[in-house]
Amino acid sequence: MADFFYNTNLGIFLLVTGEALLVIVLLLVALAFLMYADRKIWAAVQMRKGPNIVGVFGLLQSFADFIKYIVKEIIVPAGADKPVYFLAPMITLVFPLIVWAVIPFNEGWVVSDMNVGILYIMAASSLVVYGVIMGGWASNSKYAFLGALRSAAQMISYEVSIGLIIIGVILSTGSLNLSDIVHAQDGKYGFFSWYWLPQLPMVVLFFVSALAETNRPPFDLPEAESELVAGYQVEYSSTPFLLFMIGELTEVVFMCALISVLFFGGWLSPIPGLPDGILWMIAKMAFFFFLFSMVKAITPRYRYDQLMRLGWKVFLPFSLGWVVFVAFAAQFGWFGGAYARWAVGG
Amino acid sequence: MTAPANGGATQETPAAPGQKGTRAMGIAAFAFYLFALVAVVSAFLVVISRNPVHSVLWLILTFFSAAGLFVLLGAEFVAMLLVIVYMGAVAVLFLFVVMMLDVDFAELRGQLAQYLPLGLLIGVILLMELGMAFGAWEFSVGHEAARAAVTPPIDQVQNTAALGQIVYTQYIYPFQAAGLILLVAMIGAIVLTLRHRTNVKRQDVLEQIYRDPAKSMDLKDIKPGQGL
Repeated sequence: MADFFYNTNLGIFLLVTGEALLVIVLLLVALAFLMYADRKIWAAVQMRKGPNIVGVFGLLQSFADFIKYIVKEIIVPAGADKPVYFLAPMITLVFPLIVWAVIPFNEGWVVSDMNVGILYIMAASSLVVYGVIMGGWASNSKYAFLGALRSAAQMISYEVSIGLIIIGVILSTGSLNLSDIVHAQDGKYGFFSWYWLPQLPMVVLFFVSALAETNRPPFDLPEAESELVAGYQVEYSSTPFLLFMIGELTEVVFMCALISVLFFGGWLSPIPGLPDGILWMIAKMAFFFFLFSMVKAITPRYRYDQLMRLGWKVFLPFSLGWVVFVAFAAQFGWFGGAYARWAVGG
Repeated sequence: MTAPANGGATQETPAAPGQKGTRAMGIAAFAFYLFALVAVVSAFLVVISRNPVHSVLWLILTFFSAAGLFVLLGAEFVAMLLVIVYMGAVAVLFLFVVMMLDVDFAELRGQLAQYLPLGLLIGVILLMELGMAFGAWEFSVGHEAARAAVTPPIDQVQNTAALGQIVYTQYIYPFQAAGLILLVAMIGAIVLTLRHRTNVKRQDVLEQIYRDPAKSMDLKDIKPGQGL
């Protein structure tokens, strides 16, 4: 049996497809409940009840919404570029899904343990912007087009600082492989040997950049309801709109996973005695999703020029300077080799 | 054209490369022909598609297929850089420019026929040059040794590390010079667009932040019926 799966073309193909399907299906089911959690947290902050009708405690609300989207009529605006119009939501869904291939959920639990994992993530997430631009352009609407331009400019701006922050982590680890990055954080101090401590200012910057990159509040300017109706997705209805929603949420959850892996030790346990495992990874992702929801609930929206200034004039110089600092700290082994993890036995 | 010998495209399991490499050859060959076909067809569509935005989208697909071919060659670092730099940055700018331009598509079509002979001529010359270059290709006697001197063995070093070791030692000066050229180009673009006009009101962020609410507002007590 093992011979069939590891040594024949069909076997390898089935194995990889099965792994990918497993990750995607579990992820999509989790998304339904995360959407529900998001709304519940938001409601709790505003002292409302939130969804509470469908199913016990409203747990099936997301599935009801899903069916509602599916059975609605697809309306294509007049003069829309049809192939591009329908391609855009698919791109927005597919690229956030394929990046999960390199996220390690546990020791060796990863669909593709490629040695350029970080670059793969940056490549795939830099392509998400095409869904936004194509959707806004193909809708043949001024609102959608302006929303798309805003959104694309925002995503590109914050991708730069995210890239620089990640370079700091790569310099410390000496590898582009995500499993290696987690292994490098495996120390005898548990919680305190993870990267969040040496890379502390960058954790904050990464979190804020992740909010901006995924168009979450307080940076949800592309869909600013009061000015642009809903930005690039204003002309979309029914299933294509659903695909945009799922894609965006997938990206948010992916950012939670990425923060957990890069700075908070992935599947490692925070207390030295306790066993490592996938439960820690899930707990960390859930915690960061909670933070994303709380930020959405308690912060007012930024102005667009403030957003751009923050990205280019604050985050970019700061993260660039940090890369230089980490390079020196790693090379000369400052702070007891906290920045040179490939040397201390990562 | 032969299919690349490296079967494990992303070199996922360095422990058992031989086993996977020989058996999974079929998939690698299939992937090679798929990417090559898509690259050629989409490159052709870049030229003939009616809408410039569609042209750029086909161009992006061409880049993507090229990146796929790089992965098959075992050069995954170059492949990812191609995707990040060309698709993630350069093509987005292309798309912006093309979308913002107010182009008359019908007129553009008319001009295509006019430039077709010139384009074909350039294409034929390029093809001939390529043919001559590869036709007269002769390997010197010690070429394997000369190549091995700079390249670490591919099965021992990851290609990211290999590239880093070469670029930052052997080719450090050309590499830095390339960076310098890009920097000069960037500064040039900024200098060209930067204009210091005196009669324009500018936003001063620090001034805004440090404004004192007590000083910026002037409260006046106005008696009813009197006005200011």
